[in-house]
Amino acid sequence: MEFIREVLGIISQYYSYLLSGVGYTMLIALIGTAAGFLIGLITGVIRTAPRSKNAVLRVLHKIVNAIIAIYIELFRGTPMMVQAMVIYWGYAFLNDGATLPLIPAGLFIVSINTGAYMAEIVRGGIISVDRGQLEGAYSVGMTHAQAMGKVVIPQVLQNILPSISNEFVINIKDTSVLNVIGVTELYYMAGVIKRINLQTFQVYTVICVLYFVLTFTVTRLLRLAEKKLAGSDSYTICGSGSDSQAEIHIREAQ
Amino acid sequence: MDEILRLEHLEKTFGTHQVLRDISFSVNKGDVISIIGSSGSGKSTMLRCVNLLEEPTGGRIIFEGKDISGKELNLSQYRARVGMVFQQFNLFNNMNALENCVCPQLTVLHRKREEAEKIARDYLERVGMSAYCNARPAQLSGGQKQRVAIARTLSMNPDIILFDEPTSALDPEMVGEVLDVMQRLAKEGFTMLVVTHEMAFARDVSSRVIFMDGGVILEDAAPEEIFNNPKQPRTREFLSRYLAR
Repeated sequence: MEFIREVLGIISQYYSYLLSGVGYTMLIALIGTAAGFLIGLITGVIRTAPRSKNAVLRVLHKIVNAIIAIYIELFRGTPMMVQAMVIYWGYAFLNDGATLPLIPAGLFIVSINTGAYMAEIVRGGIISVDRGQLEGAYSVGMTHAQAMGKVVIPQVLQNILPSISNEFVINIKDTSVLNVIGVTELYYMAGVIKRINLQTFQVYTVICVLYFVLTFTVTRLLRLAEKKLAGSDSYTICGSGSDSQAEIHIREAQ
Repeated sequence: MDEILRLEHLEKTFGTHQVLRDISFSVNKGDVISIIGSSGSGKSTMLRCVNLLEEPTGGRIIFEGKDISGKELNLSQYRARVGMVFQQFNLFNNMNALENCVCPQLTVLHRKREEAEKIARDYLERVGMSAYCNARPAQLSGGQKQRVAIARTLSMNPDIILFDEPTSALDPEMVGEVLDVMQRLAKEGFTMLVVTHEMAFARDVSSRVIFMDGGVILEDAAPEEIFNNPKQPRTREFLSRYLAR
């Protein structure tokens, strides 16, 4: 029971540390996932764009594709903790020891790392949309950009939402590696508290529970959002010409 | 006779496989032309070349007197004038029936939403789908989807409509409702190019029938000619197999 007393003690004494840690963890995870998704979206659209008829554009497209491929391989093939050190201290090395502000540095690292994963998720999402959707859009005169914007990407978003949620949950946990450069997220804060009260087990148990509460809540919320986005599985029969008041609700048999 | 479309020595090669060799014919306003032939004869490829979903590797396509392989072609505007109805419907899965008909008008023709909705509702009514404005493609049967697809094409007010085996993916029960709509369009004077395996439609509705085989046009004549008095042995063989069923 002494354990529980100590845990409660940590919470009451250091709640401001813990809250601040949770705040930065969520901030970095959320913005990092959103920015990573944008990177994924842009690279996905570029990589699936049709070959241009213009020779210069075609060469340019190839070069950009190669750069994107290298980026993805590099960032998926190395640990984020190492990336954080290399980027943070690399910047300092090139700028006579001047370091990046910590939070923006953390945001940048998580964004660019997530982007590498999102790039593959989005590309897979685009490829898995039936080719007929594009052809239908082309056939009414839409350009490739219009077809992507109005028809394909909305379907991709709905299809990859579970993967985006997954990345977000992973990021909530993985921001912990940013402690190596001193970003004051939750894991870093645990270290601070531990160095004051020396109750290592108790402190890390507290943040363990906190991480779980965060990821669990987020997972549930996103599942709800997915359901909302999938739309209603019923529709309304509008009034016919002869009887404009007639409205019948039909629920599709599953 | 107003000529609207002319194909001159059209060729299409996929890799080393030549699918179309020297296809030439012309279409006048109001023509309803059925294109028949066995699978792999190049019918669909020919149709897809007309609205440039496939790029021809040889020959010319003349639309209203202009060569569409020309550099100055505005592909979007051209495709908006050449409607296409697909075997697999290709309705936009993320939109309901009404939006399927409205969205292309907004993005391609830059119509006002109010006007576009009015046009869309009008055509949905004419294909008997106005009650399903709110339904998404996944909630419709094949025949209903195809009728919405036809309404989507009509909403663009095209000068010619291409039908690529519009009833081949449908249950037998639903073929009739789509053919009915197409027959009405033919009566109303729409210019139609129809790739089909529905011999009754080819015989009774079209003004001309083209029989394709091995990437060439073997016969191009009035339906009575083709069905009652085919010139080529290959046409006779193909038709006998179909009509015997």
